[in-house]
Amino acid sequence: MALFEAHGIHKRFGHQVVLEQINLSFESNQLSGVIGPNGAGKTTCFNVLTGRFKPDRGQVLFDGEDITGLAPNGIARRGISRSFQIMSLFDEYSALENLLIALPEVRKRGFSMMRRLDADSEAADRASCVLARVGLAGSEHRRAGDLAYGERRSLEIGVALAAEPRLLLLDEPTSGLGADATARLAELVRSLKSDYSIVVIEHDMRFLFDLADTISVIHWGQVIASGTPEALRENKWVRRSMLGRVE
Amino acid sequence: MDALQAIVGRWVSREMLLFLLVLVTLPIWIEPFGLYQYLGVEIVIWMIYGFGFNLLLGYSGLPSFGHGAFFGIGAYAFGLFQVQIFENLLLGIMGAVAASFVAGAIVACFLSHRRGIYFALMTIAFGQVFWFIAIKWHALTGGEDGLLNIPRPALEVAVTSVGLGSNVALFYFALSVLAVVIVVLWRLVHSPFGKVLQAIRQNETRARFVGYNVWLFKWAAFSLSAAIAGLAGSLFSMAQQSAYPDVMSLHASGIIVMMTLIGGGFVSFWGPAIGVAVYFLARDVLGTMTETWLLWFGLLFVLVVLFKPEGIAGAWQQYVGTGSHRRVASLFRLGRK
Ligand SMILES: Nc1ncnc2c1ncn2[C@@H]1O[C@H](COP(=O)(O)OP(=O)(O)OP(=O)(O)O)[C@@H](O)[C@H]1O
Ligand SMILES: [Mg+2]
Repeated sequence: MALFEAHGIHKRFGHQVVLEQINLSFESNQLSGVIGPNGAGKTTCFNVLTGRFKPDRGQVLFDGEDITGLAPNGIARRGISRSFQIMSLFDEYSALENLLIALPEVRKRGFSMMRRLDADSEAADRASCVLARVGLAGSEHRRAGDLAYGERRSLEIGVALAAEPRLLLLDEPTSGLGADATARLAELVRSLKSDYSIVVIEHDMRFLFDLADTISVIHWGQVIASGTPEALRENKWVRRSMLGRVE
Repeated sequence: MDALQAIVGRWVSREMLLFLLVLVTLPIWIEPFGLYQYLGVEIVIWMIYGFGFNLLLGYSGLPSFGHGAFFGIGAYAFGLFQVQIFENLLLGIMGAVAASFVAGAIVACFLSHRRGIYFALMTIAFGQVFWFIAIKWHALTGGEDGLLNIPRPALEVAVTSVGLGSNVALFYFALSVLAVVIVVLWRLVHSPFGKVLQAIRQNETRARFVGYNVWLFKWAAFSLSAAIAGLAGSLFSMAQQSAYPDVMSLHASGIIVMMTLIGGGFVSFWGPAIGVAVYFLARDVLGTMTETWLLWFGLLFVLVVLFKPEGIAGAWQQYVGTGSHRRVASLFRLGRK
């Protein structure tokens, strides 16, 4: 059984059906990619999988447990961590504080009211490690809101990593980045590959076809194709509609 | 000795000592300034109220326009306890805190899934409900006149008993309560709990997605802040020796919001104290010059909201942060860190 499975997910907003029938499965210790045109429903799919929206039909299984319709915090606590396409940070906090808040050890003590968080050097060390891992060593005390766009993109991933996830979902991590910054971010994601089970939504085909073990194509609210990058390159439909840019 | 210093250092900051020192000496210099001892009592009580309110407004980003309800509930609870049950200072205060905590906790159940304007509107609605009850439930609250002749019970410490009849004695008692509130809240806002509240203020969605039960944190912040408002209310009913619905009105609830914002509750722990001091000085100094002082204070509020939403503390931080005033800055740092 796969680490994460979604069966027959259906989601509509009013009369607009966004997800018709989504079946996905992500294996552990793999990097799975999700691609699809604008407005295909990729982000909505992540939102359903991570509890932001309840699906109208269908089932989500994580490590065999049915997590359909759980609240986002419940799903996060089970070890599913995500980043956002539209960046979502604690802007007034320093880079380090952003990560501290996300650490499971801090979360478990969330209702501790009388001990000082800034005196907890163990947590600070752990947060610093994550910061270094996403290439922001030395930026500990800079406000997240003051970081450059590319740095914020890295911190966005850092916050998701700090939660020590068993499954990491990244929604268009290179969104808005130039060529150089995209390459750096690809390196970062590649470096995470050996330690985490990852799912990445991407527009940038090259990015995914280089990195992913398997890729699913979402279109019209359905998974229209999935397989290894090699297999997908041969897929007629994929070739015709999306891969012009890769070859 | 060093160990003691370390412990004290962990609980008490330099600004805190300075702040309390100014207040401790207040009864000595307030009359030469042409003011009166009772003003000190009022200031200290409203500071307690303000610090508790800012846990909600400044730290959690939750605007309550109905907090007067909990201040009032504390006042009524204290008065009813003394008159109906028996005269006892500390038990009366504990009763008042418990009553306002419970009321706050119940209201918070209806508010905690809301944010922004919807949250604010709900607090107004609930505030009005409590205010209405206070006016209409004549048998319990005394209606518009309120509860009269609330005693100021003596403070019993070991075998001695300290009367709080004089305003100076009551001032020092209220100041001790304020000191405890400040030490506890200072600690709280630097604890994981306080840091999560601030994270929720900045980005509720992300807080939820890293695993926090945002509802529960909002609920706790609201209930705690209501309990502190009730604590202030109990002292207020002693100060006034009465409890009346006026303090629960929308107008009174609005004043604590103004104080906190003008002082700079969003950028400084000390914001509410600054705002309370400015308000009462405006009332008693401007008030002797013009009957329309509240108009001028309201104008100040409008100016702050328009041009300096970070309030007086924010303006001060900016002034101190630019260039030549670094030394003063290190001494009087008003920041949160
Ligand atoms: N909360 C919502 N309410 C109503 N409609 C929504 C909502 N969220 C998404 N949609 C609609 O669902 C459709 C799919 O949007 P979604 O953001 O999932 O696409 P996407 O595949 O992530 O696109 P992109 O590549 O641009 O990020 C869009 O038509 C969008 O307008
Ligand atoms: Mg999207």
